[in-house]
Amino acid sequence: METMLFYFFAFVAVATALLVITRRNPIHSALWLVLCFFSLAAVYVLLSAHFIAIIQIMVYVGAIMVLVLFVIMLLNLSEKELGDAKPTVLKFCGVILSGIFMVLLADGVKVLAPQAAVSVDEKFGTAEMLGRLLFTDYLLPFEIASLLLLTAMIGAVVLAKKRR
Amino acid sequence: MDWIGLGIIVAKIVFFLLVGFTAAGYVMNLAERKISAFMQDRLGPNRVGFWGLLQPVADIIKLFFKEDVVTDRASKVIYFVAPMIIAFTALSALAVIPLTDVLTFFGRGMAIQIANLNVGILFIFAIASLGTYGAVLSGWAGNSKYSFLGGLRSSAQMISYEVSMGLSIIGILMIFESLRLNDIILGQSPLLWGFLPKWGIVVQPLAFIIFLTAAFAETNRVPFDLQEADAELVAGFHTEFSNSMKFGMFFMAEYINMFTSSAVIVILFFGGWQIPGISTAEIVSFFISLGASEFFASLFTILLQLGVTFAKIAFFMFLFVWVRWTIPRFRYDQLMNLGWKGLLPLAILNILATGLVMVII
Repeated sequence: METMLFYFFAFVAVATALLVITRRNPIHSALWLVLCFFSLAAVYVLLSAHFIAIIQIMVYVGAIMVLVLFVIMLLNLSEKELGDAKPTVLKFCGVILSGIFMVLLADGVKVLAPQAAVSVDEKFGTAEMLGRLLFTDYLLPFEIASLLLLTAMIGAVVLAKKRR
Repeated sequence: MDWIGLGIIVAKIVFFLLVGFTAAGYVMNLAERKISAFMQDRLGPNRVGFWGLLQPVADIIKLFFKEDVVTDRASKVIYFVAPMIIAFTALSALAVIPLTDVLTFFGRGMAIQIANLNVGILFIFAIASLGTYGAVLSGWAGNSKYSFLGGLRSSAQMISYEVSMGLSIIGILMIFESLRLNDIILGQSPLLWGFLPKWGIVVQPLAFIIFLTAAFAETNRVPFDLQEADAELVAGFHTEFSNSMKFGMFFMAEYINMFTSSAVIVILFFGGWQIPGISTAEIVSFFISLGASEFFASLFTILLQLGVTFAKIAFFMFLFVWVRWTIPRFRYDQLMNLGWKGLLPLAILNILATGLVMVII
């Protein structure tokens, strides 16, 4: 059952990701990306990382993608502004580059030997467990990440103030 | 596979859908009209059925038989899907709401709740944040300036108020030390100083005010219904849906969202299904002492708790209607100022104060 669900959501994730880059209408692309994030969240649930799954939906789907959609709608691009299709040379380069990336990725995955399924205890993936880890083993990266976000926030305020 | 367990889950889903459609959709539709009529000294609907009780049925029939007009150059697929997104998000938030405690039937623990997630409260927030899509997409898809403005207003407002809403409950989560809705309810059972229930509103009064205000904004109700301000935007993001059952979905979703918000307020701040000072086990043993068998004692208890929850929820649903016909609408800049400069700092202050008090005690 779980394997079936995994293949279903994995398929949806890959298919929607492809649709994101092939659609011409940016709004449709954005909506497919939303669906892609959803199926990723479902995969997280299958990995019993419920908290991460919910945060994925809350932050990426609920906040970031709404803003992206917002901006695309406000720009209201017409067919002309979207421009002609990309020249063939560029497409060709894109295919080669992604091919190289794919090879590198496959090389990385190959190293991971298939492992027997491990059963995780009930606390695994809960907010409690995650919080404990973040404030003990991963305290430094956690604080650095929060500093990064703070910088971005200050930057946004400064940018918004400059107009006056 | 556990077929009985599966059957119970399906039955629960059906039950919650029924609650969504009837208790939230049907009853509230009628109640809102009757209450507004009472407040404005009118009679309200009183032609269809006894005391106008069948008025919503007549409305639904009317909606079904209306012509489905699609605006010129509308984005067809999104125009079709947007109302579904709204209805889907409204209904799926009901999945984690506990209406009763866990009781034993035939050796099987049962509660009127579909999924008891360990991230229950976050699930509701995540689903609620998806509601924005329905509003913004339906505003955009109709290819109309009015509805587009409504959609943009709604998404800006929902994002702004979601922040204060999320921060306001952190104090509650700190005190009850869980994200699971059932644990939060159980944490509210002890009595403070022997008479005051340790409800969320007692320990976190400021959080309650912030949450209530944000809930009004999240459900798009007056005084924060700027996305459908009928004087300025005709009907906001659903202007172009004035036809067929698509409009019905918007209408119903609003009431179901009201139900969910009221339920969350009750769970976080008013002890959920609890009667202050009386535990579930005490109710069961009371019914057994009256001579009921174990099965019927559990049944009566579950019905009693359902009644208690619904009574509490009904009060907040009434509050939504009450406020709608009492308070005028905010101006847009006032709305944003209140959200970012009023509620957000207060919510952060509340977290700090809660933390300080918890360290001292």
